[in-house]
Amino acid sequence: MKCRVCRGPAVIDLPRHNANFCVDHFLRYCRNQVERAIHDFSMLAPGERVLVAVSGGKDSLALWDLLGDLGWEADGLYVGLGLGDYSDVSGDHARRFAQERDLHLIEVDLRASYDFDIPTAAAVTRRVPCSACGLSKRHLFDAAAVDGGYDAMATGHNLDDEAAVLYGNVLRWQTAYLGRQRPVLPAGNGFPRKVKPLVRLTERETAAYCVLRGIDYQVEECPMAAGNRHLGYKEVLNEMERRSPGTKSSFYFGFVDRAVDRFADAAWSGGPSGGVGFDDGGADDGAAPGADPPRRALGPCTRCGAPAESEVCAFCRLVERAGGAEPVPVAPPRRRS
Amino acid sequence: MKVLLRNPRRELDVAGPMSITRLLQQLDLNRESVLVISDGTLVPGDATLDDDASIEIRPVISGGQGPVR
Repeated sequence: MKCRVCRGPAVIDLPRHNANFCVDHFLRYCRNQVERAIHDFSMLAPGERVLVAVSGGKDSLALWDLLGDLGWEADGLYVGLGLGDYSDVSGDHARRFAQERDLHLIEVDLRASYDFDIPTAAAVTRRVPCSACGLSKRHLFDAAAVDGGYDAMATGHNLDDEAAVLYGNVLRWQTAYLGRQRPVLPAGNGFPRKVKPLVRLTERETAAYCVLRGIDYQVEECPMAAGNRHLGYKEVLNEMERRSPGTKSSFYFGFVDRAVDRFADAAWSGGPSGGVGFDDGGADDGAAPGADPPRRALGPCTRCGAPAESEVCAFCRLVERAGGAEPVPVAPPRRRS
Repeated sequence: MKVLLRNPRRELDVAGPMSITRLLQQLDLNRESVLVISDGTLVPGDATLDDDASIEIRPVISGGQGPVR
């Protein structure tokens, strides 16, 4: 197997591009894909300050590494979710990555700052853990980006993530979410600009990037998300990809290029706000896991000042319900068979 | 050959030599969903693994732990 560029020994094959790459040219390929995504979707301007949502996993660390390599000043934000050993390990990965590269990592811990964690919030609210997790992370990331004066917040969503969210939202015709599924959400209504620079890379590619760059990331997955519907969507799409390379890219970018605008009106007229974007056994609106909820806001939350549709924002309402509650241990979710 | 699988972590002994393609088929794994790693680097997809090889087949799909295979 020879590298498409230099004809040297290849280490990875990318069937969707009908190409094999050696180490150096694969890393260059990844940088080029991120650079192209940033350019094509006007994600970031030169010199802008970026806050990267860091989990300690492959995507967020690859993103942070790539943004720095491409010349952006990027700080990281890690949120401790209180998921036991999983959170301890993920935090260690994030901190080690930042220390080794002399990068600035901001840390917020739910238990220390708000007196609750995700397992407890899930038990108190009787909703899937992903609901409280998504709500908390979005709120804290948005707040940190705005309060810190960052020009944009970047997340490590990759092509597999976006294709799976799109697939789920199409299955249920979640038009409000379809209208918002873009690689960039502009700033407005008190929300920061949100960008997804990894959208042109698959999960296999971001993982390979980390391995070849020597980035030590957390391989283990969240214990509370085991067996969720999002994983099922990814499995289906990867089976299609295996049979017909390029399917995920055609599906997602075809939608972005030719269909997302058709749902623009629905994007502002439907769906709840405040973090219900996960659908794993009982979420309010059935949107696909990982979908971005509406960014409507009538005014600042009377508790924290964040944009809110009601007097008190959804996150503060969650803190009110779950803060101080008896801690609940981490346990895998029971799922419908 | 020793094959390390993750999520959950477990080790298998598989008789070699065997191609990567055949190994993934035998383990019912989709090559789009995994990386094959040895000595800290990627194993090319057209490689054949010797009987004394030691590799990791690492899942790359995030969003929760999938079914044990």
